[in-house]
Amino acid sequence: MNPVYYLYLASLLFTIGAAGVLIRRNAIVVFMCVELMLNACNLAFVTFSRMHGNLDGQIIAFFTMVVAAAEVVVGLAIIVSVFRSRHSASVDDASLMKL
Amino acid sequence: MSTLAASAGSLTSVAAAASTTSTGEAVQFWVLGTVAVIGALSTILMKKAVHSALSLAATMIVLAVFYLANGAYFLGVVQIIVYTGAIMMLFLFVVMLVGVTAADSLKETLKGQRWLAALCGLGFGVLLIAGIGNASLDSFTGLGQANAGGNVEGLAALLFTKYVFAFEITGALLITASVGAMLLTHRERTERAKTQREMAEERVRKGTQLPPLPAPGVYARHNAVDIAGLLPDGTASELTVNKTLKARGQIRDVSNEAIADLKALERSSAERLGRDEEEVNS
Repeated sequence: MNPVYYLYLASLLFTIGAAGVLIRRNAIVVFMCVELMLNACNLAFVTFSRMHGNLDGQIIAFFTMVVAAAEVVVGLAIIVSVFRSRHSASVDDASLMKL
Repeated sequence: MSTLAASAGSLTSVAAAASTTSTGEAVQFWVLGTVAVIGALSTILMKKAVHSALSLAATMIVLAVFYLANGAYFLGVVQIIVYTGAIMMLFLFVVMLVGVTAADSLKETLKGQRWLAALCGLGFGVLLIAGIGNASLDSFTGLGQANAGGNVEGLAALLFTKYVFAFEITGALLITASVGAMLLTHRERTERAKTQREMAEERVRKGTQLPPLPAPGVYARHNAVDIAGLLPDGTASELTVNKTLKARGQIRDVSNEAIADLKALERSSAERLGRDEEEVNS
């Protein structure tokens, strides 16, 4: 098996995540799809790290994980506060800035 | 190519990260890759957020196995601990706060948006996969040499020399995130809470409901708090149930049942006493 297949899998997962962000309207599920995209990128980084024989790719994947953790904390806090004030987690309902 | 194979052969101790893959890894890839894709698809297709979260957790565990297979031992363990352990549980907590029953509405607000989005995703995927297929990615170095002194030691050596500034900025980011989360979820009380005396005076001044609110439940039949008490004519009284339950739509209504029971009782007693139907209905 050629390890390039890992890259195909990563791009497939990224595509599924991107389609999910466009299709779903529950803010929590949209957020999960963003996490899926980040994970797909991490898989690509790890595969490239193996390809080039150095650990820089794994370091970048590690930083991606840290940033994802911080992002999830803030994003979920925003979703909770939006839900508190508007009683809905749908991204369609938060349209206050639309004319 | 032969020198590459020879170098890979000399480093068979780190077989999992070599430039060639074993049959076992191929089998693992195809089996677990299928699981990962199915998990990702059910993440975006499941109607309830809880099911999506569990599917995503399955996908993330599979990805952790792939990290281990690719020689990223530290990242594989961190993936399980941080992603499936912390982040997905945080997601589940938020789903619990927001409400498990909060399913997506299936009504389309923009006409044809779903199909266009699916088409865009398909086109993007074809583009990406075709790009990878065209790139010449035949030679693989493998991580045998880089992982020779241990994966964690190698990562640490890089992290604290070449990437030390990025690492320190990460610390600032994490502190900002935790402060931000506290700030966003903390609710400041803008006015003073009412005392019991003030609430009593307000109730007397309003004059709509002076005594305490009536209790929920129907005597001798149900005593659950989610069942509205019945008025003498058999209809449900809105005053008896909790406002929160009413807003969530979790109130069971047994008034029709009670009225039907009453009718059946009247009918059976009428039959026993030998009256006819018209008399009862009039």
